[in-house]
Amino acid sequence: MRQIIIIGSGPAGFTAAIYAARAGLQPLLIASSVEAGGELMKTTEVENFPGFPDGIQGPELMTKLQEQAEKFGTEVLLDDVTAVDFSGDIKKISTGYSGEFEAQAVIFATGSAYRKLGLEDEERLSGRGVSWCATCDGFFFKTKTIAVIGGGDSAMEEATFLTRFAEKVYLVHRKDSLRASKIMQERAFANDKIEFVLNSAVVGINGENSVESLTLENTVTGETSQLDVQGLFVAIGNDPRTHLVHGQLDLTAAGTIAVAGRSSKTNIAGVFAAGDVIDDTYRQAATAAASGTVAALDAEHYLAGLAEAGAIAELREAEHEVSLVEAVASRR
Amino acid sequence: MSDAKTVTDASFDTDVINSEDTIMVDFWAEWCGPCRAVSPILDQIAAEHSDKIKIVKLNVDDNPQIAAKYQITSIPAMKVFRGGEVVKTIIGAKPKAALENDLADYLA
Repeated sequence: MRQIIIIGSGPAGFTAAIYAARAGLQPLLIASSVEAGGELMKTTEVENFPGFPDGIQGPELMTKLQEQAEKFGTEVLLDDVTAVDFSGDIKKISTGYSGEFEAQAVIFATGSAYRKLGLEDEERLSGRGVSWCATCDGFFFKTKTIAVIGGGDSAMEEATFLTRFAEKVYLVHRKDSLRASKIMQERAFANDKIEFVLNSAVVGINGENSVESLTLENTVTGETSQLDVQGLFVAIGNDPRTHLVHGQLDLTAAGTIAVAGRSSKTNIAGVFAAGDVIDDTYRQAATAAASGTVAALDAEHYLAGLAEAGAIAELREAEHEVSLVEAVASRR
Repeated sequence: MSDAKTVTDASFDTDVINSEDTIMVDFWAEWCGPCRAVSPILDQIAAEHSDKIKIVKLNVDDNPQIAAKYQITSIPAMKVFRGGEVVKTIIGAKPKAALENDLADYLA
Protein backbone atom coordinates (compact mmCIF):
# COMPACT_ATOMS: atom_id res chain seq x y z
CA MET A 1 0.00 0.00 0.00
CA ARG A 2 1.12 3.53 -0.76
CA GLN A 3 0.83 6.50 1.52
CA ILE A 4 -0.45 8.75 -1.24
CA ILE A 5 -1.62 8.52 -4.83
CA ILE A 6 -2.25 11.56 -7.01
CA ILE A 7 -4.66 11.25 -9.93
CA GLY A 8 -4.05 13.84 -12.64
CA SER A 9 -1.00 15.40 -14.27
CA GLY A 10 -1.78 19.08 -14.79
CA PRO A 11 -0.26 21.90 -12.71
CA ALA A 12 -2.37 20.84 -9.68
CA GLY A 13 -1.31 17.18 -9.79
CA PHE A 14 2.39 17.83 -10.37
CA THR A 15 2.60 20.60 -7.76
CA ALA A 16 0.90 18.31 -5.22
CA ALA A 17 3.48 15.68 -6.19
CA ILE A 18 6.39 18.09 -5.66
CA TYR A 19 5.16 18.89 -2.14
CA ALA A 20 4.27 15.29 -1.24
CA ALA A 21 7.58 13.99 -2.58
CA ARG A 22 9.57 16.61 -0.68
CA ALA A 23 7.67 15.50 2.45
CA GLY A 24 9.08 12.02 1.88
CA LEU A 25 5.74 10.44 0.97
CA GLN A 26 7.03 8.88 -2.30
CA PRO A 27 3.83 9.65 -4.21
CA LEU A 28 2.57 7.71 -7.19
CA LEU A 29 1.11 10.08 -9.79
CA ILE A 30 -1.24 8.46 -12.30
CA ALA A 31 -0.95 10.73 -15.31
CA SER A 32 -3.25 9.16 -17.97
CA SER A 33 -2.03 7.36 -21.08
CA VAL A 34 -2.65 9.96 -23.77
CA GLU A 35 -3.48 13.18 -21.92
CA ALA A 36 -0.50 13.38 -19.56
CA GLY A 37 0.34 17.00 -18.81
CA GLY A 38 -3.26 18.08 -19.13
CA GLU A 39 -4.69 21.10 -20.86
CA LEU A 40 -1.42 23.03 -21.07
CA MET A 41 -0.07 20.41 -23.48
CA LYS A 42 -2.36 21.92 -26.10
CA THR A 43 -1.44 25.55 -25.53
CA THR A 44 1.43 27.54 -26.94
CA GLU A 45 2.98 30.49 -25.12
CA VAL A 46 2.12 30.79 -21.42
CA GLU A 47 2.81 34.39 -20.40
CA ASN A 48 1.19 34.52 -16.98
CA PHE A 49 2.86 31.73 -15.02
CA PRO A 50 5.00 33.45 -12.38
CA GLY A 51 8.75 33.17 -12.79
CA PHE A 52 8.91 33.10 -16.59
CA PRO A 53 9.26 36.74 -17.70
CA ASP A 54 9.81 35.71 -21.33
CA GLY A 55 6.91 33.26 -21.28
CA ILE A 56 7.19 29.52 -21.64
CA GLN A 57 5.58 26.99 -23.98
CA GLY A 58 2.77 25.05 -22.27
CA PRO A 59 4.27 21.59 -22.99
CA GLU A 60 7.70 22.75 -21.78
CA LEU A 61 6.21 24.02 -18.51
CA MET A 62 4.57 20.65 -17.93
CA THR A 63 7.80 18.79 -18.70
CA LYS A 64 9.61 20.95 -16.14
CA LEU A 65 6.92 20.37 -13.50
CA GLN A 66 7.20 16.63 -14.07
CA GLU A 67 11.01 16.75 -13.79
CA GLN A 68 10.72 18.68 -10.55
CA ALA A 69 8.23 16.15 -9.13
CA GLU A 70 10.39 13.18 -10.19
CA LYS A 71 13.54 14.75 -8.80
CA PHE A 72 12.13 14.37 -5.28
CA GLY A 73 10.92 10.81 -5.74
CA THR A 74 7.53 10.96 -7.46
CA GLU A 75 6.74 7.91 -9.54
CA VAL A 76 4.80 8.84 -12.70
CA LEU A 77 2.55 6.20 -14.26
CA LEU A 78 1.25 6.72 -17.82
CA ASP A 79 -2.02 4.88 -17.43
CA ASP A 80 -5.71 5.72 -17.05
CA VAL A 81 -7.71 5.36 -13.86
CA THR A 82 -10.79 3.31 -14.68
CA ALA A 83 -12.45 3.17 -11.25
CA VAL A 84 -11.97 4.34 -7.67
CA ASP A 85 -13.33 2.98 -4.41
CA PHE A 86 -13.09 5.49 -1.57
CA SER A 87 -15.50 3.68 0.78
CA GLY A 88 -12.95 2.22 3.20
CA ASP A 89 -9.96 3.54 5.14
CA ILE A 90 -7.79 2.10 2.38
CA LYS A 91 -8.57 3.83 -0.91
CA LYS A 92 -8.57 1.61 -4.00
CA ILE A 93 -7.73 2.75 -7.52
CA SER A 94 -8.07 0.58 -10.63
CA THR A 95 -6.13 1.34 -13.81
CA GLY A 96 -6.40 0.27 -17.44
CA TYR A 97 -3.21 -1.81 -17.65
CA SER A 98 -1.31 -1.58 -14.39
CA GLY A 99 -3.76 -3.29 -12.04
CA GLU A 100 -5.12 -2.01 -8.76
CA PHE A 101 -3.41 0.31 -6.31
CA GLU A 102 -4.09 1.06 -2.67
CA ALA A 103 -3.32 4.19 -0.71
CA GLN A 104 -4.02 5.80 2.63
CA ALA A 105 -4.67 9.16 0.96
CA VAL A 106 -5.66 10.26 -2.54
CA ILE A 107 -5.42 13.63 -4.26
CA PHE A 108 -7.92 13.89 -7.07
CA ALA A 109 -6.81 16.44 -9.69
CA THR A 110 -8.37 15.32 -12.96
CA GLY A 111 -9.03 18.81 -14.32
CA SER A 112 -11.69 19.45 -16.90
CA ALA A 113 -12.71 18.40 -20.38
CA TYR A 114 -13.57 20.53 -23.41
CA ARG A 115 -17.22 21.43 -23.62
CA LYS A 116 -18.99 20.58 -26.85
CA LEU A 117 -21.57 22.72 -28.60
CA GLY A 118 -24.02 19.82 -28.45
CA LEU A 119 -25.05 20.10 -32.10
CA GLU A 120 -26.15 17.20 -34.24
CA ASP A 121 -23.42 17.49 -36.86
CA GLU A 122 -20.60 18.30 -34.47
CA GLU A 123 -19.50 14.68 -34.02
CA ARG A 124 -19.98 13.77 -37.68
CA LEU A 125 -17.79 16.65 -38.84
CA SER A 126 -15.22 16.35 -36.07
CA GLY A 127 -11.87 15.86 -37.78
CA ARG A 128 -13.52 17.19 -40.93
CA GLY A 129 -13.28 20.84 -40.01
CA VAL A 130 -14.53 20.77 -36.41
CA SER A 131 -11.64 20.91 -33.94
CA TRP A 132 -10.91 21.42 -30.24
CA CYS A 133 -7.15 21.84 -30.60
CA ALA A 134 -5.87 24.90 -32.45
CA THR A 135 -2.23 24.02 -31.93
CA CYS A 136 -2.79 20.56 -33.43
CA ASP A 137 -5.00 21.45 -36.34
CA GLY A 138 -4.41 25.11 -37.25
CA PHE A 139 -1.78 24.00 -39.77
CA PHE A 140 -4.46 22.43 -41.98
CA PHE A 141 -6.31 25.71 -42.45
CA LYS A 142 -3.67 27.64 -44.35
CA THR A 143 -5.37 30.37 -46.41
CA LYS A 144 -8.79 29.12 -45.27
CA THR A 145 -11.61 30.97 -43.52
CA ILE A 146 -12.47 29.66 -40.10
CA ALA A 147 -14.51 30.47 -37.01
CA VAL A 148 -13.57 30.30 -33.34
CA ILE A 149 -16.50 29.97 -30.94
CA GLY A 150 -16.22 31.45 -27.45
CA GLY A 151 -15.54 34.63 -25.50
CA GLY A 152 -12.89 33.65 -22.97
CA ASP A 153 -9.10 33.71 -22.90
CA SER A 154 -8.79 30.41 -24.73
CA ALA A 155 -11.00 31.63 -27.57
CA MET A 156 -8.88 34.82 -27.91
CA GLU A 157 -5.66 32.82 -27.78
CA GLU A 158 -6.86 30.32 -30.36
CA ALA A 159 -8.18 33.03 -32.70
CA THR A 160 -4.90 34.94 -32.50
CA PHE A 161 -2.84 31.76 -32.98
CA LEU A 162 -4.95 30.65 -35.94
CA THR A 163 -4.30 33.89 -37.86
CA ARG A 164 -0.80 32.47 -38.47
CA PHE A 165 -2.43 30.04 -40.87
CA ALA A 166 -5.92 31.18 -41.80
CA GLU A 167 -6.82 33.94 -44.22
CA LYS A 168 -9.61 35.10 -41.94
CA VAL A 169 -10.85 34.18 -38.48
CA TYR A 170 -14.38 34.97 -37.28
CA LEU A 171 -14.71 35.09 -33.53
CA VAL A 172 -18.28 34.12 -32.73
CA HIS A 173 -19.68 34.77 -29.27
CA ARG A 174 -23.20 34.57 -27.82
CA LYS A 175 -22.99 37.82 -25.89
CA ASP A 176 -22.05 41.40 -26.78
CA SER A 177 -19.12 41.47 -24.38
CA LEU A 178 -16.19 39.13 -23.87
CA ARG A 179 -15.13 37.29 -20.72
CA ALA A 180 -11.46 37.26 -21.77
CA SER A 181 -8.76 39.25 -19.99
CA LYS A 182 -8.06 42.74 -21.30
CA ILE A 183 -4.65 41.97 -22.78
CA MET A 184 -6.01 38.99 -24.72
CA GLN A 185 -9.01 40.99 -26.00
CA GLU A 186 -6.83 43.88 -27.13
CA ARG A 187 -4.50 41.53 -28.96
CA ALA A 188 -7.44 39.98 -30.81
CA PHE A 189 -9.05 43.38 -31.57
CA ALA A 190 -5.75 44.65 -33.00
CA ASN A 191 -5.45 41.70 -35.37
CA ASP A 192 -6.63 42.57 -38.91
CA LYS A 193 -7.48 38.99 -39.72
CA ILE A 194 -9.95 38.62 -36.84
CA GLU A 195 -13.54 39.75 -37.26
CA PHE A 196 -15.87 39.70 -34.25
CA VAL A 197 -19.38 38.30 -34.67
CA LEU A 198 -21.08 39.04 -31.36
CA ASN A 199 -24.57 38.27 -30.04
CA SER A 200 -24.48 35.15 -32.18
CA ALA A 201 -25.00 31.52 -31.27
CA VAL A 202 -24.04 28.61 -33.51
CA VAL A 203 -27.19 26.57 -34.12
CA GLY A 204 -26.02 24.47 -37.05
CA ILE A 205 -22.86 23.14 -38.68
CA ASN A 206 -23.32 22.48 -42.38
CA GLY A 207 -21.37 20.42 -44.89
CA GLU A 208 -21.54 17.06 -46.63
CA ASN A 209 -18.02 15.70 -46.09
CA SER A 210 -16.42 18.68 -44.41
CA VAL A 211 -17.47 21.94 -42.78
CA GLU A 212 -18.81 24.42 -45.35
CA SER A 213 -20.79 26.89 -43.26
CA LEU A 214 -22.35 27.64 -39.91
CA THR A 215 -25.91 28.65 -39.16
CA LEU A 216 -25.89 31.48 -36.64
CA GLU A 217 -28.78 32.79 -34.61
CA ASN A 218 -28.73 36.36 -33.42
CA THR A 219 -29.28 36.11 -29.67
CA VAL A 220 -31.04 39.52 -29.60
CA THR A 221 -33.28 39.47 -32.68
CA GLY A 222 -33.58 35.70 -33.19
CA GLU A 223 -32.71 36.07 -36.89
CA THR A 224 -30.65 33.31 -38.48
CA SER A 225 -27.83 33.73 -40.99
CA GLN A 226 -25.17 31.67 -42.75
CA LEU A 227 -21.44 32.12 -42.21
CA ASP A 228 -19.20 30.43 -44.79
CA VAL A 229 -16.21 28.80 -43.10
CA GLN A 230 -14.12 25.70 -43.74
CA GLY A 231 -13.13 25.20 -40.14
CA LEU A 232 -14.64 25.53 -36.69
CA PHE A 233 -12.66 25.70 -33.44
CA VAL A 234 -14.74 25.27 -30.31
CA ALA A 235 -13.49 27.11 -27.20
CA ILE A 236 -16.64 27.56 -25.12
CA GLY A 237 -15.26 26.36 -21.83
CA ASN A 238 -14.70 23.19 -19.90
CA ASP A 239 -16.56 20.84 -17.60
CA PRO A 240 -14.92 19.37 -14.48
CA ARG A 241 -13.96 15.73 -14.98
CA THR A 242 -15.81 14.00 -12.14
CA HIS A 243 -17.32 10.86 -13.68
CA LEU A 244 -14.98 8.58 -11.66
CA VAL A 245 -16.28 9.88 -8.32
CA HIS A 246 -20.02 10.23 -8.96
CA GLY A 247 -21.88 8.75 -6.03
CA GLN A 248 -18.77 8.85 -3.85
CA LEU A 249 -17.76 12.50 -3.56
CA ASP A 250 -20.15 15.40 -3.06
CA LEU A 251 -20.38 17.84 -5.96
CA THR A 252 -21.34 21.51 -6.03
CA ALA A 253 -24.20 22.97 -8.06
CA ALA A 254 -21.59 23.93 -10.67
CA GLY A 255 -20.55 20.30 -11.00
CA THR A 256 -17.16 20.67 -9.33
CA ILE A 257 -16.07 18.48 -6.41
CA ALA A 258 -17.17 20.11 -3.14
CA VAL A 259 -14.36 20.90 -0.70
CA ALA A 260 -14.48 22.38 2.80
CA GLY A 261 -13.74 26.12 2.79
CA ARG A 262 -10.30 27.00 1.49
CA SER A 263 -9.06 23.46 2.07
CA SER A 264 -8.93 20.53 -0.36
CA LYS A 265 -10.93 18.22 1.93
CA THR A 266 -13.80 16.37 0.26
CA ASN A 267 -16.65 14.71 2.16
CA ILE A 268 -14.50 11.57 2.54
CA ALA A 269 -11.59 11.59 5.02
CA GLY A 270 -8.32 10.94 3.21
CA VAL A 271 -9.60 12.08 -0.19
CA PHE A 272 -8.48 15.53 -1.30
CA ALA A 273 -9.28 17.40 -4.52
CA ALA A 274 -7.36 20.13 -6.32
CA GLY A 275 -7.21 22.21 -9.50
CA ASP A 276 -9.88 22.76 -12.14
CA VAL A 277 -11.95 19.85 -10.84
CA ILE A 278 -12.83 22.00 -7.79
CA ASP A 279 -12.71 25.38 -9.52
CA ASP A 280 -15.08 26.73 -12.13
CA THR A 281 -14.13 30.35 -11.47
CA TYR A 282 -10.41 31.04 -11.88
CA ARG A 283 -9.05 28.05 -13.79
CA GLN A 284 -5.46 29.27 -14.20
CA ALA A 285 -2.24 27.28 -14.21
CA ALA A 286 -1.07 29.31 -11.20
CA THR A 287 -4.29 28.81 -9.21
CA ALA A 288 -4.24 25.08 -10.02
CA ALA A 289 -0.64 24.86 -8.80
CA ALA A 290 -1.61 26.65 -5.59
CA SER A 291 -4.57 24.32 -5.16
CA GLY A 292 -2.24 21.32 -5.58
CA THR A 293 -0.04 22.75 -2.83
CA VAL A 294 -3.02 23.00 -0.47
CA ALA A 295 -4.02 19.40 -1.21
CA ALA A 296 -0.52 18.05 -0.57
CA LEU A 297 -0.30 19.90 2.77
CA ASP A 298 -3.78 18.71 3.80
CA ALA A 299 -2.88 15.13 2.85
CA GLU A 300 0.43 15.34 4.70
CA HIS A 301 -1.40 16.51 7.82
CA TYR A 302 -3.96 13.74 7.46
CA LEU A 303 -1.24 11.07 7.12
CA ALA A 304 0.62 12.45 10.13
CA GLY A 305 -2.63 12.13 12.10
CA LEU A 306 -3.05 8.51 10.97
CA ALA A 307 0.54 7.73 11.93
CA GLU A 308 0.04 9.31 15.35
CA ALA A 309 -3.22 7.41 15.92
CA GLY A 310 -1.47 4.23 14.84
CA ALA A 311 1.40 4.84 17.26
CA ILE A 312 -0.99 5.49 20.15
CA ALA A 313 -2.97 2.31 19.38
CA GLU A 314 0.27 0.29 19.32
CA LEU A 315 1.34 1.81 22.61
CA ARG A 316 -2.04 0.98 24.19
CA GLU A 317 -1.80 -2.57 22.91
CA ALA A 318 1.69 -2.89 24.35
CA GLU A 319 0.52 -1.49 27.71
CA HIS A 320 -2.40 -3.89 27.66
CA GLU A 321 -0.06 -6.85 27.11
CA VAL A 322 2.20 -5.70 29.91
CA SER A 323 -0.75 -5.41 32.30
CA LEU A 324 -1.92 -8.91 31.32
CA VAL A 325 1.53 -10.31 31.99
CA GLU A 326 1.58 -8.50 35.33
CA ALA A 327 -1.87 -9.79 36.21
CA VAL A 328 -0.86 -13.36 35.43
CA ALA A 329 2.37 -12.93 37.38
CA SER A 330 0.53 -11.57 40.46
CA ARG A 331 -1.77 -14.62 40.56
CA ARG A 332 1.10 -17.00 40.90
CA MET B 1 11.37 7.18 -31.01
CA SER B 2 8.92 4.93 -32.71
CA ASP B 3 10.07 1.88 -34.68
CA ALA B 4 7.17 2.26 -37.10
CA LYS B 5 8.05 2.57 -40.76
CA THR B 6 7.87 6.06 -42.26
CA VAL B 7 5.91 6.54 -45.47
CA THR B 8 6.03 9.60 -47.72
CA ASP B 9 4.19 11.28 -50.59
CA ALA B 10 6.56 9.40 -52.90
CA SER B 11 6.29 5.97 -51.29
CA PHE B 12 2.59 6.02 -50.42
CA ASP B 13 1.38 4.06 -53.47
CA THR B 14 3.96 1.31 -53.00
CA ASP B 15 3.84 1.12 -49.22
CA VAL B 16 0.14 1.59 -48.61
CA ILE B 17 -2.13 1.62 -51.67
CA ASN B 18 -0.63 -1.39 -53.43
CA SER B 19 0.15 -3.33 -50.28
CA GLU B 20 -1.54 -6.68 -49.66
CA ASP B 21 -1.53 -6.10 -45.92
CA THR B 22 -3.96 -4.22 -43.70
CA ILE B 23 -2.12 -0.99 -43.02
CA MET B 24 -2.92 1.79 -40.58
CA VAL B 25 -1.39 5.15 -41.43
CA ASP B 26 -0.73 7.45 -38.47
CA PHE B 27 -0.87 11.05 -39.75
CA TRP B 28 1.19 13.11 -37.33
CA ALA B 29 3.46 16.13 -36.86
CA GLU B 30 6.30 17.13 -34.56
CA TRP B 31 4.32 20.06 -33.10
CA CYS B 32 1.27 17.98 -32.17
CA GLY B 33 1.38 16.96 -28.49
CA PRO B 34 -1.44 14.39 -28.66
CA CYS B 35 0.38 12.75 -31.64
CA ARG B 36 3.47 12.22 -29.49
CA ALA B 37 1.32 10.88 -26.66
CA VAL B 38 -0.46 8.29 -28.78
CA SER B 39 2.63 7.14 -30.70
CA PRO B 40 3.95 4.61 -28.12
CA ILE B 41 0.45 3.15 -27.78
CA LEU B 42 0.29 2.59 -31.54
CA ASP B 43 3.71 0.89 -31.33
CA GLN B 44 2.33 -1.48 -28.67
CA ILE B 45 -0.74 -2.32 -30.75
CA ALA B 46 1.46 -2.93 -33.80
CA ALA B 47 3.75 -5.23 -31.81
CA GLU B 48 0.89 -7.20 -30.29
CA HIS B 49 -0.97 -7.67 -33.57
CA SER B 50 1.88 -7.78 -36.09
CA ASP B 51 0.21 -10.65 -37.98
CA LYS B 52 -2.99 -8.63 -38.48
CA ILE B 53 -2.07 -5.02 -39.05
CA LYS B 54 0.95 -2.92 -39.94
CA ILE B 55 1.21 0.61 -38.63
CA VAL B 56 3.17 3.23 -40.57
CA LYS B 57 3.69 6.95 -39.98
CA LEU B 58 3.22 9.88 -42.32
CA ASN B 59 4.53 13.28 -41.27
CA VAL B 60 1.97 15.83 -42.55
CA ASP B 61 4.54 18.64 -42.51
CA ASP B 62 6.84 16.81 -44.92
CA ASN B 63 4.13 15.14 -47.01
CA PRO B 64 1.40 17.70 -47.77
CA GLN B 65 0.11 15.93 -50.90
CA ILE B 66 -1.10 12.77 -49.19
CA ALA B 67 -2.38 14.76 -46.18
CA ALA B 68 -4.42 16.96 -48.56
CA LYS B 69 -5.60 13.99 -50.65
CA TYR B 70 -7.12 12.34 -47.58
CA GLN B 71 -8.48 15.69 -46.34
CA ILE B 72 -6.66 15.56 -43.03
CA THR B 73 -7.74 18.53 -40.91
CA SER B 74 -7.17 17.12 -37.45
CA ILE B 75 -4.30 15.08 -36.05
CA PRO B 76 -3.50 12.56 -34.83
CA ALA B 77 -5.61 10.90 -37.53
CA MET B 78 -5.32 7.18 -38.13
CA LYS B 79 -6.65 5.62 -41.30
CA VAL B 80 -6.84 1.89 -41.94
CA PHE B 81 -6.24 0.87 -45.58
CA ARG B 82 -7.23 -2.41 -47.19
CA GLY B 83 -6.76 -2.98 -50.90
CA GLY B 84 -5.98 0.70 -51.42
CA GLU B 85 -9.19 1.91 -49.80
CA VAL B 86 -9.76 3.61 -46.46
CA VAL B 87 -11.92 1.27 -44.38
CA LYS B 88 -11.67 3.03 -41.01
CA THR B 89 -10.76 6.50 -39.71
CA ILE B 90 -9.92 7.32 -36.11
CA ILE B 91 -9.46 10.93 -35.02
CA GLY B 92 -7.64 12.02 -31.89
CA ALA B 93 -5.41 10.43 -29.26
CA LYS B 94 -7.22 7.75 -27.26
CA PRO B 95 -6.21 5.24 -24.59
CA LYS B 96 -5.13 1.80 -25.80
CA ALA B 97 -8.39 0.06 -24.90
CA ALA B 98 -10.43 2.61 -26.87
CA LEU B 99 -8.17 2.26 -29.92
CA GLU B 100 -8.32 -1.53 -29.76
CA ASN B 101 -12.07 -1.27 -29.57
CA ASP B 102 -12.16 1.02 -32.65
CA LEU B 103 -9.88 -1.41 -34.47
CA ALA B 104 -11.62 -4.60 -33.31
CA ASP B 105 -12.64 -5.62 -36.85
CA TYR B 106 -9.03 -5.47 -38.04
CA LEU B 107 -7.26 -7.04 -35.08
CA ALA B 108 -9.38 -10.19 -34.75
